[in-house]
Amino acid sequence: MSSQRPILLRGGRVLDPSRNIDDVGDVLVSDGRIESASGRIGSHDDAEIIDCDGCIVSPGFIDVHCHLREPGREDVETIATGARAAAAGGFTAVCAMPNTDPVTDNQAAVGFIIRQAQRADASRVHVIGAISVGQMGERLAEFGEMVAAGAVAVSDDGKPVVSAQLMRTALEYARSFSIPVIDHCEEPTLALGGSMNEGIVSARLGLKGIPSEAEEIMVIRDILLARRSGGHVHLAHMSTHGSVELIRWGKDRGINVTAEVCPHHVSLTEERILSYDTNAKMNPPLRTAKDVEALRNAVKDGTIDMIATDHAPHHYDEKEREFADAPNGIVGLETALAVAVTNLVKRGHIDFRTLVEKMSCAPARLFGLPGGTFAHGSPADVTVFDPQLSWRVDPSEFLTKGRNTPYAGMTLEGRAICTIVGGKVVHRLASDGANARQSRASSG
Amino acid sequence: MTSALGKDLLGLEFLSSEQIRLILDTAEPFKEISERSIKKVPALRGSTIVNLFFENSTRTRISFEFAEKRLSADTVNVSALGSSVQKGETLVDTARNLEAMRIDMVVIRHGASGAAQFLADRIESNVINAGDGLHEHPTQGLLDLLTLRDRFGELAGKKVCICGDVLHSRVARSNIWGLKKMGAEVAVCGPRSLLPHGIEEFGVTVFERIEDAIQWADALNVLRLQLERMTAGYIPSSREYNRVFGVTRERLERAPHDILILHPGPMNRGVEIDSDVADGPHSVILHQVTNGVAIRMAVLYLLAGGRPELAEAAKGGAR
Repeated sequence: MSSQRPILLRGGRVLDPSRNIDDVGDVLVSDGRIESASGRIGSHDDAEIIDCDGCIVSPGFIDVHCHLREPGREDVETIATGARAAAAGGFTAVCAMPNTDPVTDNQAAVGFIIRQAQRADASRVHVIGAISVGQMGERLAEFGEMVAAGAVAVSDDGKPVVSAQLMRTALEYARSFSIPVIDHCEEPTLALGGSMNEGIVSARLGLKGIPSEAEEIMVIRDILLARRSGGHVHLAHMSTHGSVELIRWGKDRGINVTAEVCPHHVSLTEERILSYDTNAKMNPPLRTAKDVEALRNAVKDGTIDMIATDHAPHHYDEKEREFADAPNGIVGLETALAVAVTNLVKRGHIDFRTLVEKMSCAPARLFGLPGGTFAHGSPADVTVFDPQLSWRVDPSEFLTKGRNTPYAGMTLEGRAICTIVGGKVVHRLASDGANARQSRASSG
Repeated sequence: MTSALGKDLLGLEFLSSEQIRLILDTAEPFKEISERSIKKVPALRGSTIVNLFFENSTRTRISFEFAEKRLSADTVNVSALGSSVQKGETLVDTARNLEAMRIDMVVIRHGASGAAQFLADRIESNVINAGDGLHEHPTQGLLDLLTLRDRFGELAGKKVCICGDVLHSRVARSNIWGLKKMGAEVAVCGPRSLLPHGIEEFGVTVFERIEDAIQWADALNVLRLQLERMTAGYIPSSREYNRVFGVTRERLERAPHDILILHPGPMNRGVEIDSDVADGPHSVILHQVTNGVAIRMAVLYLLAGGRPELAEAAKGGAR
């Protein structure tokens, strides 16, 4: 991704927490790299100029947690459609979870995804390999070969690592390759048969609940194993206030634990399920207002390191069924930014600097990925987003194949206007979006 | 035409006390029809009703079928066994097919909570929930209310305790909502492993000892203990359950006053209830069964757009 025409992103609010930049100015991209990102840059005759007035220009967003379904369920999503959806959502890079069919648990499988991503020519797709062969929870997968082929982390996401001994070994072994071990924290015997949060709403609806402790027991187990092993444990999709307290406990003691939260867990509560809407069914489930509040505070105070989507597309007819039998998961790549802006920033929980830190700088830094900074010479992965643009979520306009979102019909604020990967524009908001932007500008 | 109950009867949680009272009042004249030699009125003549039972049920299905036939509806019974459901047809496909056949009402029993609402959201026909998973069983709740009202005259202020496996009981949920709306005080009693976490938030009292519940209650609604709960580890054994939580004559004899005994059936005699209680003078269990037909007639009639004052007139149609 080099030798393209330079791009001059003009007149936006340049926001790069990694370099402590927050100024109105220009960003110049040249040969796929950041040339300059401070102050006004004079005329640049051969550059494509993109007007960023009113927008925030930040290092590209990185999603450390998504499901692209290829290989195995290309009818639901492909690496290409997922990468294009990511670009539309402002993500310059995503990390694909290994619960594909076959499971991404060897170097050949890693190589396949990387090749498909190169063909997609949209956002970068990094690969997360499986912790265990076949995600069966029995035998370690070949971390070394997968990392050599390009894997950036390991996880059995979709399934918890039930064996504490296997988790311990994974954390120890992963140290050799300086990669995080990502866990889906769920104690399976407590969660068995559950389809939503256990509490008053599950009691009303007659649905078997998943108690908070199912997550928290594994959170504290993993933190203790990280302390014992010295490995880096990354806790996926945190959903309870108890988990937040446990992570805080671990971080206070210097344990190498990082954690992510999904936009839906900081914006929706279990009440969203009162109509048995399977588009609000996910794992971990939507929790209570107390949990949402704790997670928002944890994003603010740094207990939660990053915001990830857990993008999980499903066919509409798989969701069109009885609640308990419907699959878990919602799509998130194209709504994550707006959900976070609307529910975290606009409500005063965090500022835009923190948002960019959680969606770009921290994922890059903590997972050792390219991007996440405007440092001179770094890859020109840039997200330009309009923080004021309000738009109505219409799943039929998504670039992902998935339509399973609980935000359908909602009006949200904040949208990616332009996404640049390696100096190349991979997404520009379509003209109707531009019209909306124009209308916003003229009205106020 | 929208009935006084709306399009569907999915549960008692979202019915008003006026709507519940309307159903109970409408059931009163229908009771008498079952006493006649010719047990039939033409109130639903020409209507087509499908009884869609995805779960095995004997008494509820028969009760609905009697109610439908006594109102002169044309009925079709579909059970999951031997149906296209076994061939993998989804509930939504079943719904679309039923809709294409231009039926008027569907009575659905399904093992999944929310299945009745799922169907109701997708078809124009009236949907009656005959029990969905662990969620609600509204006609059972209504027949329990009618039975209690028959004996007490008024439900307000009466103390009713629901005993047993509340966690897995759709009857319990319908009872709690219905009783509270009619002004009764409600309690639950059972081992904590069979009570939903946070049940107190329903506004009910919790008794952990059956002896305490008996001291408090005017009526006990005793739930069936499902044997699979033991294999799932919720309780150690049915023997221990009977010794600790069973409704026995000895325990009832220590009550400060007579207690009405209800049970939605089928009963595990000698487990949650002893035979001399089930068949004893304070049991209204068979009265519940009789009332079940009248309640279901009332619900069918009201959902079809029948007006309560016409229920009396409907009685005369067969004479």
